[in-house]
Amino acid sequence: MRKYIIKRLLTLIPVLFVVSIAIFLLIHLTPGNPAAAMLGDLATPEAIARLSESLGFNDPLPVQYFRWLSGVFRGNLGTSLFIKGSMIQILRNHLVPTLQLTSYSILIATLIAVPLGILAAVKRGRMPDQVISMFSIVGISLPSFLLGLGLILLLSVKLGLLPSSGYHPISEVGWATHLRYMAMPSIALGSIEAALMIRMTRSSMLEILGSDYIRMAKAKGVPRFKIFMKHALRNALIGIVTVVGLAFMSLLAGATVTESIFNIPGIGKLTLNSVMRRDYQVIQAVVLMVSLTNVLITLIIDLIYGLIDPRVRLGQ
Amino acid sequence: MELQMEQMNEIKRALQREQRQLMLRKFFRNKLAVIGSSIVLTLVLVAIFADVIAPQDPLDMVVRDRLTPPGSKYLFGADTFGRDVLSRVIHGARVSMLVGTCVGLSSMVFGMLIGLYACYYSFLDNVLMRICDGLSAIPSTLLAIALMAVLGSTATNVIVAMSIVYVPRMARVSRAAAMVVKEQTYIEAMRATGASDSRIIWRHIAPNILSPVIVQASYNFANSIITEAALSFLGVGIPVPQPSWGNILNEGKSVITTGWWLIVFPGAATALAVLGLNILGDGLRDMLDPHTN
Repeated sequence: MRKYIIKRLLTLIPVLFVVSIAIFLLIHLTPGNPAAAMLGDLATPEAIARLSESLGFNDPLPVQYFRWLSGVFRGNLGTSLFIKGSMIQILRNHLVPTLQLTSYSILIATLIAVPLGILAAVKRGRMPDQVISMFSIVGISLPSFLLGLGLILLLSVKLGLLPSSGYHPISEVGWATHLRYMAMPSIALGSIEAALMIRMTRSSMLEILGSDYIRMAKAKGVPRFKIFMKHALRNALIGIVTVVGLAFMSLLAGATVTESIFNIPGIGKLTLNSVMRRDYQVIQAVVLMVSLTNVLITLIIDLIYGLIDPRVRLGQ
Repeated sequence: MELQMEQMNEIKRALQREQRQLMLRKFFRNKLAVIGSSIVLTLVLVAIFADVIAPQDPLDMVVRDRLTPPGSKYLFGADTFGRDVLSRVIHGARVSMLVGTCVGLSSMVFGMLIGLYACYYSFLDNVLMRICDGLSAIPSTLLAIALMAVLGSTATNVIVAMSIVYVPRMARVSRAAAMVVKEQTYIEAMRATGASDSRIIWRHIAPNILSPVIVQASYNFANSIITEAALSFLGVGIPVPQPSWGNILNEGKSVITTGWWLIVFPGAATALAVLGLNILGDGLRDMLDPHTN
């Protein structure tokens, strides 16, 4: 296992190198001088020269890259032109609402997808499977922002059941009000993710149900319920945990649009505001943070797989 | 000798004809593929003939008709500037189909190019695949938004940004399929007969990896429609006043309490297009993948 962990960690080095180069180069993709793009059309040449000098844009690209990278290693992710405080502080402040939204969405998606995915696998080819598969393909085709807007129209404008947008921290208003505001965005994001999770759970469960040891258990005369609970579900859970891990990654990045619709001051909203204000260093920091989280979660999933399945770590 | 060659060619042509007929029969027997392709074909036709089908100019403003609900004058209602929503939705199909087609094709061409060369030349494999891994580690929506922020909001930049996002995925799919084909005996035989590398790659490996590549391209097409709509909805995609489904939705969001039609119609169009492409992708996968048959 140690060999597998070292091997897996070594493969991360080139990936992280490419990620760092891509994120560093983001600012330099702007047509012309990045400082001029950041300050907008009304900036004076002096102001552009001053900003270029202070951000080091006049140095050669490799020098800028190594300075930026050494800053990242020391926890210095740059400074925002519009928000006070260190970049880490800015990210931390915006991360809380995003993590809350992501967690609630994961919970909703899991509660919908796991039972339905298992049911579809058990009733393969029959009516429940067909209905669930149809729901799944419609869900996958529906962008989350569309469902969000639909929910606002229905639950807020027509029925007046839930507030249409806004965010209130638990520390200020308590759980009940907080959840009332988070309900719609979480349902919008969670339901779409559920559609994808249903497919994965179904195929993971089908693989287990078709395996030899299940056939053996059936041949031995083990009751159906026991086969299902003790042999199938327990083994399928490994795949399901992976699906949930992957869903967490896609939700963290996909929350941008949902946060914008529901006015939640999370990482997505921060990204979008920074895009509008051309606050490029914030965009760089956000993309770096989310990508590193992505790489870390993938690594954890791979290591868990290696731990559970010897074939993975032996490279078979 | 010449007669024999002619007979061989005749047999080859007959085999190809039979193969084509078999594929067509398989296609028409696959309900998913037929439904999906019908939806996509309809939308493509709407996009091509948008100028003829649309009842009005999508940019024509009649201020006194602003936010007119759906009725006889405006079938899908009018927007906040008094523009016909039906005409804007029809022209929006043109933008979505154009972006989807360009992204689908460019990701297919560049993805195949990278995948095939990475598979064939081991010295390129590590470099190209690590670059793809690195780019895939950055979440697609976030990468697209960041690229649009630095490149600027134009339709061309939307296509460029999304191609950058989807090429690595296609490269992975192409490489995986090419790896299997590369190990086949006939490729070894081609090498033994002295065929050049590019001939082996493009004449013998490339045509045999088309099935998974086409399926992946249809999913890329669908995903790029969603991403384009999301970018335009957020105000960083297709620039206004050009009609795109995302732009209409963005406008509708600000008048959601009084103008539901600005959400429902472009929303339904987006969902229908993506549903059609996803169904087509599933159908093609079932049809082309020997494991599911």
